[in-house]
Amino acid sequence: MQRNSNRPLVVKIEKIIEETPTVRTLVFSDEIFSSVLPGQFAMVWIPGVNELPMSVMITLEKGKGAFTVRKHGLASTELYNLKVGDYIGMRGPYGNSFTIKQGKLLLVGGGTGLVPLVRLLTFLKKTDEVTILIGAKTKEEVFFEKLANQLLENNKHQVIVVTEDGTYGKSGLVTEEMEKLLYEKKFDAIYTCGPEKMMHKVVQLAHTKKLHVQASLERMMKCGMGICGSCCMGEVLVCKDGTVFDGEYLLSNKEFGFTHRNKAGILENY
Amino acid sequence: MKPDISTKVGPIELERPTMLASGILGISLEVFSRLYKDGAGALVTKSLSKEPWDGYPNPTIIGVKAGYLNAIGLSNPGAQYFAKMIESNKTVPIIVSLVGSIEEDFTFMIKQFENVKILGYELNLSCPHVEKVGLEVGDDPNLVRKIVKSIKSHSKVPIIAKVGLGSSDYLETVRAACESGIDAITAINTVRAMGIDVETTRPLLSNKIGGLSGSAIKPIAVRCVYEISSKFDIPIIGCGGVSNWEDAVEFILAGASAVQIGSAIGEKWTDIFSEINNGISKYMEKKGFSNINEMIGIAKKF
Repeated sequence: MQRNSNRPLVVKIEKIIEETPTVRTLVFSDEIFSSVLPGQFAMVWIPGVNELPMSVMITLEKGKGAFTVRKHGLASTELYNLKVGDYIGMRGPYGNSFTIKQGKLLLVGGGTGLVPLVRLLTFLKKTDEVTILIGAKTKEEVFFEKLANQLLENNKHQVIVVTEDGTYGKSGLVTEEMEKLLYEKKFDAIYTCGPEKMMHKVVQLAHTKKLHVQASLERMMKCGMGICGSCCMGEVLVCKDGTVFDGEYLLSNKEFGFTHRNKAGILENY
Repeated sequence: MKPDISTKVGPIELERPTMLASGILGISLEVFSRLYKDGAGALVTKSLSKEPWDGYPNPTIIGVKAGYLNAIGLSNPGAQYFAKMIESNKTVPIIVSLVGSIEEDFTFMIKQFENVKILGYELNLSCPHVEKVGLEVGDDPNLVRKIVKSIKSHSKVPIIAKVGLGSSDYLETVRAACESGIDAITAINTVRAMGIDVETTRPLLSNKIGGLSGSAIKPIAVRCVYEISSKFDIPIIGCGGVSNWEDAVEFILAGASAVQIGSAIGEKWTDIFSEINNGISKYMEKKGFSNINEMIGIAKKF
């Protein structure tokens, strides 16, 4: 029977990876969700709790997909607390994906925003030269550093960790480090995902250097498939027109970096 | 000569017969402008209430065979906020959908839009999954009479009533609305329905029961439009499972002056309006119709 991608596919959690004291990766088996495009997402059903839009994480095993979750709100904490053998459902995959360029690439990620960027790494050519900037508040919140190095072992690459409190790697904001890098090196394309204020700065910095930049965005989502309108940002719907947008478009959108809508649809400031 | 696809729904004039159905995509003026540019003849907003509503927790929409189940819970930013958001509107044909329980809810909301350019109001008498509003109002013809009369005396723009299939005879709701001076009827809303996941044995929607939309309900909606048009002299907007031009034409032949499109936007995205408009135009050319009016309800002659 053909699968209805809009109805939750229910799977069992097979493995849980502790990434940091507040971040876990939940692994499950499914062919379709093991091979989505970077930037695409699933609506993840936590039965009896809620449903959340989540970027789909890679695994190093064939036929397996994963979600990397930080315990934050009520629903994400419930998801984080699930055990091996518990059920989750997922609809999708939904949304567009990054346009993958070749050459010298810069990836800038913060927190679980690293998920689509790590997936992007699996689509690169051996000839690409990759710099990935990983931003975190403090040492114990850093994750995916080892994984990024592992995925890039056959590429000329650099993984730079930046912590806000300077307890690990470079000290300061990830965008400050990016600004320095842009003076030292030339890049062919920049990709970013993370907190919107961070992405806004990344897009602005890339724009001043006239560099191709794309960002993967998040908004309050209910349907995830271009029906309910909850995720509208100006005239675009993040679930259907995005999640990935060109920097040039984003700078022309007056909501990007400043406002998002709440559950009722009222604009709130970031 | 190219056929004229403009249409009149009673006093409401539309350049094109395809409207955006309420509840779909409708929370920003920018999105409305985009859909208007993409071919929609009018845009019906999400149903607005007196106060902002968050709606139900997710899952609020899921796909089923030939349609969707939803129980969004009428999430909306409230009439006051919405009126302010669209107050700069000059060109987009917006119809404001309203939901409430008593006359005062509606008169309060209408006051908010006094100085905003809109085509009319659509009263949601048919949402199947929120208590004390929608179908619970629509199922009570006396309450419908009171609400419609009250709104008619306060509003400067036309009023449409959106009816659906509840626990009483929907034709009595239509009768009550018509006798109270309603300008047009939209038929139908989603149909009460549910889905259960067999693996977890749980209902899929957080509200358990929701409304079914999409192709699955189209034949029911066509039947309702046909019945209303056979029994009452009232302009009708057909709604329920329109996903291509043939569906739209079917509704018009059954008695609709225009159609609303919702679920199908999920698959075909915003191109669907111009696709259907062009299809209707080609059909009219082939069949020798010069305007929409010539086609309305002609299936009734058989």
